[in-house]
Amino acid sequence: MFYREAGQFRTSYHADQRIFPIRQDRLAMGALLLVAFVGVPLFGNEYLFSALLIPWLILSLATLGLNILTGYAGQLSLGTAGFMAVGGFAAFNFQLRTPQIPLLVNFILSGLCAAAVGTAFGLPSLRIKGLYLAVATLASQFFIEWLFTRFGWFSDHSSSGVITAQKMVIAGIGVDTPVRRYVFVLSIVSVLALAAKNLVRSRAGRAWMAVRDMDVAAEVIGIPMLRTKLSAFAVSSFYCGVAGALWVFAYLGSVEPQAFDLDRSFQILTMVIIGGMGSVLGSFLGAGFIILLPLLLQSTMQRVFGNALRPGLEPNIEQFVFGALIIFFLIVEPLGLARLWSVAKEKLRLWPFPH
Amino acid sequence: MHFFFEVLIGGLLAGVMYSLVALGFVLIFKASGVFNFAQGAMVLFAALTFVSLEERGLPRWAALLATLAVMVLLALVIERVVLRPLVNQPAISLLMATIGLTFCIEGLAQGAWGSVVKGLDLGIPDNTFEVQGVLISQFDLFAATVAGLLVGVLALFFQYTRVGRALRAVADDHQAALSVGIPLQYIWAVVWAVAGAVALVAGLLWGSRLGVQFALSVIALKALPVIILGGFTSIAGAIVGGLIIGATEKLAEVYLGPILGGGIENWFPYVFALLFLLVRPEGLFGEKRIERV
Repeated sequence: MFYREAGQFRTSYHADQRIFPIRQDRLAMGALLLVAFVGVPLFGNEYLFSALLIPWLILSLATLGLNILTGYAGQLSLGTAGFMAVGGFAAFNFQLRTPQIPLLVNFILSGLCAAAVGTAFGLPSLRIKGLYLAVATLASQFFIEWLFTRFGWFSDHSSSGVITAQKMVIAGIGVDTPVRRYVFVLSIVSVLALAAKNLVRSRAGRAWMAVRDMDVAAEVIGIPMLRTKLSAFAVSSFYCGVAGALWVFAYLGSVEPQAFDLDRSFQILTMVIIGGMGSVLGSFLGAGFIILLPLLLQSTMQRVFGNALRPGLEPNIEQFVFGALIIFFLIVEPLGLARLWSVAKEKLRLWPFPH
Repeated sequence: MHFFFEVLIGGLLAGVMYSLVALGFVLIFKASGVFNFAQGAMVLFAALTFVSLEERGLPRWAALLATLAVMVLLALVIERVVLRPLVNQPAISLLMATIGLTFCIEGLAQGAWGSVVKGLDLGIPDNTFEVQGVLISQFDLFAATVAGLLVGVLALFFQYTRVGRALRAVADDHQAALSVGIPLQYIWAVVWAVAGAVALVAGLLWGSRLGVQFALSVIALKALPVIILGGFTSIAGAIVGGLIIGATEKLAEVYLGPILGGGIENWFPYVFALLFLLVRPEGLFGEKRIERV
């Protein structure tokens, strides 16, 4: 009854091509941004920022990056965490060696570093595809982890390769409290998400989707394979790199290369699948789901069993349920949470009438 | 030159162990087109079950049979609960499902049997002996023999039994196999059970080498470059690929390692397989696929 587009006519190309063509969507999005930028910083507490919102936003960004590569361009990658590591370590080194560069420029440069590395590791995608490519991307994961652990230069010769992020200062304002870090991360993620949303509707995005749906057919109709596949790798790694830089600077503070291990790659791939392949919204939903799930499981188990469980059993049950839920999701809703959301929207349009 | 051969033979024998894990991957991929990421977890699960049963006082043969039964049961459950509802889904969904399965099996294994490192002694002495000045480990030789026997048995099974022939038919073409009346679901259950048995053998050998612990399921990842090198669908590829990966990995560690700073064993097999794929995208023995619009 309330979610109805009756009376909203698109009379110009501009109106037809808006990201949110329905007025209610625009209002809802505006309200959401208002709450996120003003409401939450005013009323949230430190736990909410540091333990939930900041990691959620950063991992959403990385998920968005992988979603561009896997969901839109159809290239399966298991090396996401490696590209995040490149971004994180690059940001640290830029800050260390060229402190005169402003922080935001530094983050963009780190993203570009990750993009360059991603493009290099994307080269095999021109020859191999599908599951072969997935295994091949593992090479980047292990190689990058080894590189940062083995060569002290990257971590400024600290013992065991741990890097500690420098203080973040933007235009003279220190980004040091949880609230400021949250707003900082939120701004970057919002801008990049908007860019992604537009990018996938552009010529480049349509080329990616053509390659995803059938690359031979795409090549026949004149889409340059080299440029399309490599640009997908570059853009995806850029997002992952910025996410990695934020992970180091805005979330963890000090990081060892093992923070970006294979498990992180799997985690992000899981977020993509659960959230919905080929959906910007899905990246956020998937990341939120995977972050909240362990917390929910823990509190549920605490309530059901109390302290009756043998110590050490709890993480294993958690792992089991986590795996089972992934399988459950794949069986019940293979298109992910984003699909559930759009089904809900369809229902809302008609409610309370049956047709 | 002696040293070179010693490293080479050591690498080849280590490669046999990778082949054993890769074999499980290939069997399942051939029959069902599923890229089974959970093979490593199955190796861990099998080894852990065997050791724990033995610790609880079962004689060795009984523990072995019981573990085999558990692996078959696991295969049946996986086929019924995971595979059957996911028929005809894209490959990436199935891959994700097996990643979920990995979490499940690891959680199950460690939840049921605890996560302490357990020793496993098969009663094979790990002595080394010399052949023309080249040191060879007796245990590695034993492992190689077992792997050879296993491949032989599998080859006979595939060639001469009714079920084996049905398996090959399914591997060749799902629809054609269905149309001549081969029950696909039964075949999948069988092939997962066989992969479970292979995982048990691999788990016992790896376990007595390194101790039965969580790291087993990580080591199994090394089987991935082996199968992309050998081709996803070839048993011979799994064996040859394993030998090549084992040998090059050890040689690279010894000869390239000092130049690059050491510890390159972790990523070298992947990069090697990757470079190889650039030349031959379908792997050594993989099928060449012709794509049409």
